[in-house]
Amino acid sequence: MLTKSTKPLVELENNAEFMARHIGIDAADEQHMLSVIGKNSRRGLMDSILPRSIVRANPMQLPAPVTEAAALAELKGIAAKNQVFKSFIGQGYYGTHTPGVILRNILENPAWYTAYTPYQAEISQGRLEALLNFQTMVSDLTEMPIANASMLDEATAAAEAMTLAKRSVKSRSNTFIVAGDCHPQTIEVVQTRARPLGIEVRVGFAPELMKQHDYFGVLAQYPSTTGMIHDLRPYVELAHANNAAFCVAADLLALCLLAPPGEWGADVVVGTTQRLGVPMGAGGPHAAYLACRDEFKRSMPGRLVGVSIDAHGNPAYRLALQTREQHIRREKATSNICTAQVLPAVVASMYAVYHGPQGLKRIAQRVASYTAILARGLQGMGYTLANPSAFDTITIKTDAETQMIASRAQAAKVNLRNSFAGYLGISLDETTTREDIDLLWPIFDPARTAPIEGPASTSSNGTDIWARFETGIEPLIPAELRRSSDFLAHPVFNTHHSETGMLRYIRSLGDKDLALDRSMIPLGSCTMKLNASSEMIPITWPEFAHVHPFAPRDQLQGYAELDKQLCAWLCQVTGYAGISLQPNAGSQGEYAGLLAIKAWHEAQGQGHRDICLIPSSAHGTNPASAQMAGMQVVVTVCDANGNVDLADLKGKCQQHSDKLAAVMITYPSTHGVFEVQVKELCALVHQHGGRVYIDGANMNALVGVAAPGEFGGDVSHLNLHKTFCIPHGGGGPGVGPVCVVEDLVPFLPGHFAFEAAQSVRAEPSRMGAISAAPLGNAGVLPISWMYCRMMGAEGLRQATEIAILSANYISTRLKDHYPTLYASANGHVAHECILDLRAITEACGVTAEDVAKRLIDYGFHAPTLSFPVPGTLMVEPTESETLDELDRFLAAMIAIREEVRRIEKGEWPQDDNPLKHAPHTAASLLMGEWRHPYSRDIGAAVLGNSSHDKYWPPMGRVDNAYGDRNLFCSCVPVSDYT
Amino acid sequence: MTTKYTQDHEWVQREGDESATVGITLHAQDALGDVVYVDLPEVGRSYSKGEVTGVVESVKAVADVFMPIAGEVVEVNGALRADPSIANSDPQGNGWFFKILIKDPAEFDALMDEPEYAQLVKNA
Repeated sequence: MLTKSTKPLVELENNAEFMARHIGIDAADEQHMLSVIGKNSRRGLMDSILPRSIVRANPMQLPAPVTEAAALAELKGIAAKNQVFKSFIGQGYYGTHTPGVILRNILENPAWYTAYTPYQAEISQGRLEALLNFQTMVSDLTEMPIANASMLDEATAAAEAMTLAKRSVKSRSNTFIVAGDCHPQTIEVVQTRARPLGIEVRVGFAPELMKQHDYFGVLAQYPSTTGMIHDLRPYVELAHANNAAFCVAADLLALCLLAPPGEWGADVVVGTTQRLGVPMGAGGPHAAYLACRDEFKRSMPGRLVGVSIDAHGNPAYRLALQTREQHIRREKATSNICTAQVLPAVVASMYAVYHGPQGLKRIAQRVASYTAILARGLQGMGYTLANPSAFDTITIKTDAETQMIASRAQAAKVNLRNSFAGYLGISLDETTTREDIDLLWPIFDPARTAPIEGPASTSSNGTDIWARFETGIEPLIPAELRRSSDFLAHPVFNTHHSETGMLRYIRSLGDKDLALDRSMIPLGSCTMKLNASSEMIPITWPEFAHVHPFAPRDQLQGYAELDKQLCAWLCQVTGYAGISLQPNAGSQGEYAGLLAIKAWHEAQGQGHRDICLIPSSAHGTNPASAQMAGMQVVVTVCDANGNVDLADLKGKCQQHSDKLAAVMITYPSTHGVFEVQVKELCALVHQHGGRVYIDGANMNALVGVAAPGEFGGDVSHLNLHKTFCIPHGGGGPGVGPVCVVEDLVPFLPGHFAFEAAQSVRAEPSRMGAISAAPLGNAGVLPISWMYCRMMGAEGLRQATEIAILSANYISTRLKDHYPTLYASANGHVAHECILDLRAITEACGVTAEDVAKRLIDYGFHAPTLSFPVPGTLMVEPTESETLDELDRFLAAMIAIREEVRRIEKGEWPQDDNPLKHAPHTAASLLMGEWRHPYSRDIGAAVLGNSSHDKYWPPMGRVDNAYGDRNLFCSCVPVSDYT
Repeated sequence: MTTKYTQDHEWVQREGDESATVGITLHAQDALGDVVYVDLPEVGRSYSKGEVTGVVESVKAVADVFMPIAGEVVEVNGALRADPSIANSDPQGNGWFFKILIKDPAEFDALMDEPEYAQLVKNA
């Protein structure tokens, strides 16, 4: 039977389709949830939650939403404006082949990319093992005793090496020497970081500088940015004689063939692992590494995976030495780094697992051989090399011919490094083939399409260079600097070399973990929302993935457009005038924002202003960043309701009026409440000459309903990896754009090294770089672009409102079981709620941690534990969860509360009950005699009507103290498992 | 032998006129939780009252260790390095941190006695 459709076309086209994919709550669910909360409408709920004084004046002006398919097509058009040339630029970024099995099963697999930072060890054993492999790989290749679980990029890792050296050595000097042939972006970031700390950086010929100055540390690149392999051994000895530390930025692929820095006494070794299977992505995300001598470990920045034992005495992985981190040490923390680069670190570690030591060595030897052949050929053409020794990079003296050669290269779609007057650089990599080298010859000498071995004067009919070296060529590595030691001897690097084996290894690790592909992750302050597949698809498009960050500007037009559009949209969202996408984590956004405030004060002749007021409820990264920006932290208190105590703040503003630089607040507060007096607070700080930093950690409660740039903020950073859908990747990558009001725009981060690499020079920036690459983690920006493009202004606003609705639904449903600690005067929370467990702990000894671990038995990742208030759990559901999933979580929480009641009543002893023994492994429930007062069924915690697959934790509860008392941070000898 | 206490939850036990032993109190170790590392001062170094001599770290917290009264460090408890858990199991005995030569006995006399300290802990 034919029926006539009467629906309007616009409805059938359904351009806003993605909104309903992203938001898990439909209209019927919404009505139900509102009735539970006791509200008639979402509008009514929002009116009673959002302070009137901060409501947006106008809606966001964003393009109308389009479908997933249309957004992908539009973005493809933007991507096409990038030009993918064959890159020989080097300078820290190299071509690499991501093995297909790793690309598909890790980089494109939500089991890996939607996981959170592995704070809850019991549901994170898979990625913790992958990170331990990463640490082992770095330790082995550098021959350093300890390595961390990744840094943001090589340049910031070098800056962290500097401050680590400063904290650790006996020398009281304030001078740090940097060899002039380090990568320029590394030198620039080191300078940016040193300035506010009062460290003097001297850049130049290191051996000479070391004679002339007293210093606490030295940084050298190995091999250098021009390709030279320096023998650094005498200078390490000299530095040690001066009570100083010697830091080395080393290339891990080169270290397969070069004597590793750990063998010749280096104190700190840093570098990037990009070329181990992670695409260039115009600069990121890539995992950098930092390794150091054992005595420095307690002062080391970043996350560190260690081995401990679980409740059954089996080896178990966990994050170690967390007391170094900002959530504990605050302004005394070793660094502000928290989100790192876990996903790229996992890719790099898997690359090493897949290739093994022999495979890595073969790749390195091939690169070194091709480099030697290329050098011989160019010498045969009469060129002179600036570096007599080389691994993968040669710098060729081209004098007056430089620009002519460079133009021929451009015509052949080849990028050479053209940033030294009179010289051109070529870096080879894993992807280089014979054909590539054959392409290079005529660029240098159009007459010689078939280069020959020997001096230029010999006949052009000489022997074909490939034939000549078919049996091998001596690499250009000095004999005394060749590696003789083995590496990656652990079985994990020598087992999974078939694709079947690798596939199963990756699957077996992924299966141990809880990520968003299995269940809700209700982590407060982390915004674990959907990371949609259509958002993820573009990141591996070659036009985004295979471009070099220092390619000529005209090849990066796609990225330029992406940058421009995304910044314009985010300005609409935040109400600010200017944005930089360079910060590659939230911490870096904070740092860049505080530097902008500091530089602005200096420009006003108020450089003495250095006091930064921070409420006691702030995330620990705030004080750590303030300290790094050279500010003095003054803590202001919170009142009994968890709000910033305005009287105390006023007193401190008055007391420090002449020196007040900034206040850093989080809005809505870290307590999950919209504080009504925020506008007043901002005005107060402005009256005293300070600027207002509003931490965007909780932006998911503001998008579309209030804009920090409108209600008094001067600077904010966003976490695109929270609010704008970039997945957490198990602990990175992040993107932390810094957003500022008009008068601070000139003080946003610049990038001198990028500007210098361009033949067409633009107006130079005022500020130096804070990240290695000009667009930071450029490669993942398409994710946030897709999200905004598919949601539109209305979709983004709805997402915010549903996130708030869901949090209030949870808070209301749990009020008879776990009271919410802080709420606004009318009893509402923002987008998250803090459940107070302290009365329960007092009554029967069950702690918030016990509840967190018991949730694992019920198949959930724990909420945020003991932040921002010890003894509590903070729940943030986000807008993406369905009502079914929220109810499943609530059922688990209520079932646990019933178990607690049995302990309270004395039915189970305080030290022998399902909470204290949680989580329960299958083995602990099935094997051996059962000696507990509760049944095995109760231990297994399967909800009566649940059709969900049971998640079996791979381990019992981790023993944290054992791990920190017996620190061990590389792969466990196999014998420990037997 | 007299034992006195500080606001920072350290104890000082005077042995004779000149020397004293320093450690953290039972309350301090309880508040810290499982101690995993103790950073001990350098033997032979003098500190003024209130100066930071090192840190004590637990799994979840870190606290500065302050010099309770001015003096020179003459001995440190090496056993804590090998097994920091003694700071939990026997904080006021085998879990001592370091021994000092007292510079000014009046500073010792001014510290809290046991009932005063008990009151401080009760009010905390």
